[in-house]
Amino acid sequence: MAVVFDRPHALVDIPMHYCPGCTHGIAHRLVAEALDELGIEGKTVGISSVGCSYNNYFYFNCDMIQAPHGRAPAVATGVKRSLPDNIVFTYQGDGDLAAIGTAEIVHAAARGENITVIFINNTIYGMTSGQMAPTTLLSQVTTTTPYGRDPKEHGFPIRVCEMLATLSGPAYIERVSLHDIKHIKKAKEAVKKAFKVQIAGKGFSLVEMLSTCPTNWGMTPLEALDRIKNEMLEYYPLGVYAGKDLEV
Amino acid sequence: MGEKLLMKGNEVIAEAAIRAGCRHYFGYPITPQTEIAHYMAKKMPKVGGVFLQAESEVAAINMVYGAASAGKRVMTSSSSPGISLKQEGISYASGAQLPAVVVNIMRGGPGLGGIQPSQSDYFQATKGGGHGDYRMIVLAPSSVQEMYELTVDAFNLADTYRMLAMILGDGILGQMMEVVKFRDEEPIVQADKSWATNGHGMKREHNVITSIHLDPAVLEQWNRGLQEKYRIISEKEQRYELYHCDDAEIIIVAYGSVARIVKNVIKVAEEEGIKVGLLRPITLWPFPTKAFEQVIDKPRAFLTVEMSSGQMLEDVMLAVGGRKPVYFTGRMGGMIPQVDDIMAKIREIRAN
Repeated sequence: MAVVFDRPHALVDIPMHYCPGCTHGIAHRLVAEALDELGIEGKTVGISSVGCSYNNYFYFNCDMIQAPHGRAPAVATGVKRSLPDNIVFTYQGDGDLAAIGTAEIVHAAARGENITVIFINNTIYGMTSGQMAPTTLLSQVTTTTPYGRDPKEHGFPIRVCEMLATLSGPAYIERVSLHDIKHIKKAKEAVKKAFKVQIAGKGFSLVEMLSTCPTNWGMTPLEALDRIKNEMLEYYPLGVYAGKDLEV
Repeated sequence: MGEKLLMKGNEVIAEAAIRAGCRHYFGYPITPQTEIAHYMAKKMPKVGGVFLQAESEVAAINMVYGAASAGKRVMTSSSSPGISLKQEGISYASGAQLPAVVVNIMRGGPGLGGIQPSQSDYFQATKGGGHGDYRMIVLAPSSVQEMYELTVDAFNLADTYRMLAMILGDGILGQMMEVVKFRDEEPIVQADKSWATNGHGMKREHNVITSIHLDPAVLEQWNRGLQEKYRIISEKEQRYELYHCDDAEIIIVAYGSVARIVKNVIKVAEEEGIKVGLLRPITLWPFPTKAFEQVIDKPRAFLTVEMSSGQMLEDVMLAVGGRKPVYFTGRMGGMIPQVDDIMAKIREIRAN
């Protein structure tokens, strides 16, 4: 009988620790499927960051490094400059990448560092229990914006793709969403393209994934998926921000 | 025949690193060590290596973290305020047991301080400037020749023990020129790096480099492993120089460029008929307690001289253990102790 659906080899066969309805599992699977389909697991080095996904080295079968908070792009730079023929990716959340790690991501992008960044944007800090992230939407209630994010007090959410796209370094930047099957399929294509860009030596690639955090949003998994569609897509439009015409 | 060249201390560190097989250097400009970066920028492309000017010291040490994880010999360098910024990465690399060389050419502090030579980062280097129970091997050269030899040793020690080794110099050593004699071939330790994350090629289990262990029992066990390694290093790797200590009435304890000034003090004291010796720690961690056991019976007192408020002084007092009086004199902020100052202190001790 033909197997039509199976666990990717690049994903370790153990239960994940993520909350019910969290989209980290989907994001992990998309990365693992890309590693499998491109046949690059054996030469890939992944960099986990700090946040809920800090220990995704338990889940990815490729070699893995755990990086200090926000520093994954610098660690990835060190690896890639040492092993230019290997494939290097970082997996970072919005607090990690867009707050404490802004210098590292901006300069890795500006250098056109030939790495792939998987960026999870769920508008909140998950692991430390629901604080305001740099991506938290206006009026959004978090444990550190209990009366809602007020731009006078807390400033405005950062659009990472748009910001990095102003640089000349990035080869490919796309924002995708994980809120339904159709979009997950598009996300998969984006992840694969990002790795292909790196394989082709074209330079920096980043895929931002709009993701859920039902636990800290105080929602059911289904309500959380609806929130992406109804609230996040407007502020974070999907699409390709760099490398629209790039063929790989 | 080894090549003999007149070179600046900072440049010698860079040259020594390349000779030791280091092909990856990540740095950020700061006085008085920037010549290391200049030298690397020029030389690395010619030897097929990587020089990268990072966006910050924080990024530089994390690039070191990445290259060390990939199994490469890698170095970064900075001066005091920049080394403070690297402490996060130093702690992580220590936790993850990564070998690399970190160079600190010290300047006066605290804060932005000044750019003149100092030894006020002794605590930071030897007691752990970052968080957690960790150590670095800390080597303190006292000449340009030693900056060469100890840099090569630092790479070998780092690889042997899978940990960070620091070259702790100061602005005098970094900026001064001396003749250095290079070996034709370096004694390079080929350490096992099967732990490296360099792609498993579908031929082995995946390697993981991490410093996080959320189970406290596991983390304690990990720490016990580190401490056992540090105990072995303390036993095996102490280095020091004993100079004119045999019949010394007073033994001065000093390292780095201050030890050179003390050698002049010894001459001047001899002219006055005072016998002074020098105990010069070369490894600041592990601190050479064995040197003190060798000489403890001889002098009437020890005198510690530093370009700081008296940081190594605490280790000297622990090593002496109350068996002899321990005195201190030093200068701070980039001021250099003069022979006259040290002689005055010696006369004061003798008058007691």
